[in-house]
Amino acid sequence: MTDSATDSWTVAGRTFTSRLIVGTGKYKDFAQNAAAVEASGAEIVTVAVRRVNISDPTQPVLMDYIDPKKITYLPNTAGCFTADDAIRTLRLAREAGGWDLVKLEVLGEARTLYPDMRETLKACEVLAKEGFKPMVYCVDDPIAAKQLEDAGAVAIMPLGAPIGSGLGIQNKVTIRLIVEGAKVPVLVDAGVGTASEAAVAMELGCDGVLMNTAIAEAQDPVRMARAMRHAVIAGREAYLAGRMKTRKYADPSSPLAGLI
Amino acid sequence: MSDAAVLSITVNGEPRRTTAATIADFVRELGLKVAKVAVEHNGVIAPRSTLEDVRLAEGDVLEIVHFVGGG
Repeated sequence: MTDSATDSWTVAGRTFTSRLIVGTGKYKDFAQNAAAVEASGAEIVTVAVRRVNISDPTQPVLMDYIDPKKITYLPNTAGCFTADDAIRTLRLAREAGGWDLVKLEVLGEARTLYPDMRETLKACEVLAKEGFKPMVYCVDDPIAAKQLEDAGAVAIMPLGAPIGSGLGIQNKVTIRLIVEGAKVPVLVDAGVGTASEAAVAMELGCDGVLMNTAIAEAQDPVRMARAMRHAVIAGREAYLAGRMKTRKYADPSSPLAGLI
Repeated sequence: MSDAAVLSITVNGEPRRTTAATIADFVRELGLKVAKVAVEHNGVIAPRSTLEDVRLAEGDVLEIVHFVGGG
């Protein structure tokens, strides 16, 4: 039996209590971003690797607001469209701070930001051989998920809907099939728009949820971060509790005996 | 006097002139903290432990990156 007070999950040997991973893009400023991370309870944040601004190096940087000693940075490969670009990016990320737990995503096209699974698999294999622990953004395809696991993925992260769309989980069946078949953690990455959708992901048995836009583009990002924290806990608890069976018709909750 | 030589290098796609002797010197010249960046030197990652030692040469190409917000 799992005691919810001690509920935790482990990826590549690291154990976390929060099952919510949040992005750090699209916020009004770093202060709002940091406040949202705090409210979300997240222990992992995704970060991107980009050229420093050499014309104005005095600008504030993410690390000044979100301390990588307290919050695990998960470097991503957002914007990479080939395996080579993604590998290059993560090698640099590792050099920037020694991270080996990384988020791999290789995109197929700008319009849908759908993953290119051929390139993703190629990159995953190379990265795993180089000692990286890739958590991999992927299509919601149980076979692709298996192939990624064989290629060394430490977590499978299928999209619920296109990145930044907020459309919610479009195919609950494929997410469930991936969860059932995976030996590594499964996290829905992308597509969640509001709290109930995060709960759905967790009720399907996912180990966690990764989101950015749903929080950053809410009218009140800090409040939405808090809502997401509760939703992920609620969904996880519901999954562990085991939901009731559905019935076709009504079944009264009050006893029929003793009616006056 | 090689230490004072002005080198023309390319940094993040832009031409720069510098008198910095090493990669670490150059990063500091930009006003950046060496501990917060990663550097690619002529297409090859320059390990952090070597940044103080790797000397810049005429025509070198550097990519200097750091972490920014992202999803």
